[in-house]
Amino acid sequence: METLEITKEKEVANATQNISGSQAVLEAFIAEGVQTIFGYPGGAIMPIYDALYDYPNKLKHILVRHEQGAIHAAQGFARSSGKVGAVFATSGPGATNLVTGLADAMIDSTPVVCVTGQVFAHLLGTDAFQETDVINITAPVTKWNYQITDATEIPHILAKAFYIARTGRPGPVLIDITKNAQIQKFDYESYTKCEHIRSYRPKPIVRKQYVEEAAQLINEAKKPFVIFGQGIILGKAEKEFKAFIEKGGLPAAWTVLGLSALPTDHPQNVGMLGMHGNYGPNVLTNECDVLIAIGMRFDDRVTGRLDKYAKQAKVIHLDIDPAEIDKNVKSTVPVWGDCKETLPMLTKLIDKKDHTDWLNKFHEFTQKEIDIVINKELNPTTEIMTMGEVIKTLNELTNGDAIIVTDVGQHQMVACRYAKFNQSKSNITSGGLGTMGFGLPAAIGAKLGAPERTTIEIVGDGGFQMTIQELGTIMQYKVDVKIIVLNNQFLGMVRQWQQLFNDKRYSFVDIQSPDFVQVAKGYGIAGQSIKDRKDLKAALQEMLDHKGSYLLEVMVGKENNVFPMVPQGCSVSEIRLQ
Amino acid sequence: MSIAKQNNSATHTHSGIAGKHDFTITVYTENQVGLLNRIAIIFSRRKINIESLNVSPSEAEGIHRFTIVISETEEVVRKLCRQIEKQVEVLKAYYNTDDEIIWQEMALYKVPTDVITEKVKVERLLHQHGARAVVIRKDYTIFETTGHREETEGLIKALEPYGLIEFVRSARVAIIKASHGFHEKLKEFEQTEPGEELIENEFLDKQDEVFTM
Repeated sequence: METLEITKEKEVANATQNISGSQAVLEAFIAEGVQTIFGYPGGAIMPIYDALYDYPNKLKHILVRHEQGAIHAAQGFARSSGKVGAVFATSGPGATNLVTGLADAMIDSTPVVCVTGQVFAHLLGTDAFQETDVINITAPVTKWNYQITDATEIPHILAKAFYIARTGRPGPVLIDITKNAQIQKFDYESYTKCEHIRSYRPKPIVRKQYVEEAAQLINEAKKPFVIFGQGIILGKAEKEFKAFIEKGGLPAAWTVLGLSALPTDHPQNVGMLGMHGNYGPNVLTNECDVLIAIGMRFDDRVTGRLDKYAKQAKVIHLDIDPAEIDKNVKSTVPVWGDCKETLPMLTKLIDKKDHTDWLNKFHEFTQKEIDIVINKELNPTTEIMTMGEVIKTLNELTNGDAIIVTDVGQHQMVACRYAKFNQSKSNITSGGLGTMGFGLPAAIGAKLGAPERTTIEIVGDGGFQMTIQELGTIMQYKVDVKIIVLNNQFLGMVRQWQQLFNDKRYSFVDIQSPDFVQVAKGYGIAGQSIKDRKDLKAALQEMLDHKGSYLLEVMVGKENNVFPMVPQGCSVSEIRLQ
Repeated sequence: MSIAKQNNSATHTHSGIAGKHDFTITVYTENQVGLLNRIAIIFSRRKINIESLNVSPSEAEGIHRFTIVISETEEVVRKLCRQIEKQVEVLKAYYNTDDEIIWQEMALYKVPTDVITEKVKVERLLHQHGARAVVIRKDYTIFETTGHREETEGLIKALEPYGLIEFVRSARVAIIKASHGFHEKLKEFEQTEPGEELIENEFLDKQDEVFTM
């Protein structure tokens, strides 16, 4: 026994290598299964980039055009692949350019690990060139962050970083590494993945008592209503969720981030919640008797006026994050835990039912919405095209199999409302933060995260110009992203609000755009612009058939509005159809 | 109406007006650089003022203990504690009202020595307040008292007429009356698979004497 121990020790001793901190960073990324890194080099991260030069076959580095592009791309990658996104950036401006993406990933629970370079440890706090206090700047927008000043810390800190980013409610993690630690050589043994941190509990323990109480409420309910969010997708619980609603005969509506967790044409999928959601789900939220919220956080854009939100209902809230329970809406029964575990437990206990009459009530509302809103949007009689008919035609051609990445604004709401989805992880958008400029870089990442899938970015003329430089990334790496610019020559969503609530005072929403097709051409990306309905289908087909990336600009109505709409400060049942 | 509101906010610290009370939040954490900021910004983000904050070692080795006093409604405090517990390096956050804890604050007072020697009244005053002389010099003397806010504040008022040169008070330190300490909890945290006890849940545990998250 003793000799065995000794040989083991010897083996370990033999296995140690003297490597640099930078190499240790890359070894960690490889050990965590990272293959693609989005980044941008700079002074303080040069040692890592120098080491990266020796890993051309193991790590693919995508050089973006701006660090914001890197982190949004990593987010898109994470969302389409279900893996952790990876980012490299330098100190100072490189790191501060990540902040928007970190905030976006934080609020939308996207697992991303960012490594930023930092000035030498002895220069910390001296206002050195490109020094910023990245740890403190990013504290509120990261799930965890840590500054490494000694190379020996690198393996176990990066192991923690990946573990924290992907487990529990996922989120962004930033590791700031001083230049001396990147250069420093140390005895590296091997990389051990982190599986436990004593002060960190990724998921609360499921209490059976709650599951039983929840099942009883559901079984007694006459008008149960399920609302679901991204928790289903993050928990990889799409199957469990489908089984649950099918056994209970439960109508289910989604939040913007929950979209695609359940196929859009599932008979129990009753549509979208919230400000620009569907008529039925909004109105009937205030009529259901049991509201079952799964993996969603009752964002104000979903609830509208809180004191008039589902007051009549008993609320069951399933969430992995205990801080979400009772944060906005008081729950009757809180089911803490991972929905991958709690949903099957619940499914087992609920009675097989079909709430046909109740489901039909949703359909009645849908019909009304079709008559007043949807028909006008999808089959317009106006000369100029609507955003909705572009999405409808796209659905016909992709049959709902594409990944749709959207930016933020009217086109986003229209895309979410009308795009068809057959499989999960297909709708990628900036939900919580509403980051204009998210779309293009996120689409690059999404395509690289799921290369076999058609990836289409739908973007407005405003948001496109916020990160348009990433066309350069598409060019350089030949990323096959299809870009549809829905151009209404306005910052449309703000204009809509100004029209409805500010007496049509169009204050600085009149945005001029370059010739997008020419810009794309400059980047070697094919494209065309259309304004006539008769060209739409052929143009979309041409875009889809084109080998490689393609930009299609569609001129749409300048002053079209997205309806229905729950005006700010109103209850969900006060939703306006026009 | 607006005047009444202003009055409320001016006096809310101890009065409990508008449902706000003093709550003492006890947080058990790892010892890590930057955690103080992460905890502080949970309050500042919501524009909540921290009345007092103390960080010290705890009864469990390697575990630090934050004692934070704020004046808020219980609902807000409960949500804050959940946000605090979300921090990776935080093991546990408890909140308690003043009657659930034993708490003390220490204060130091610098007064001119001649006043004390000349005026018997001052000496008696210091006696009454249980003040202890820490340093006696020709020019000044430093006294110390320990107690509740009202007690340490009482002595300031009493000393003011006699030329109080300097005053400073420490943050509150508090012991939760019904707590059994953190040793057992820590053992559970160290296990890879925690027991039910660990992930406490207010809905099931509210019958407990100590409110825990």
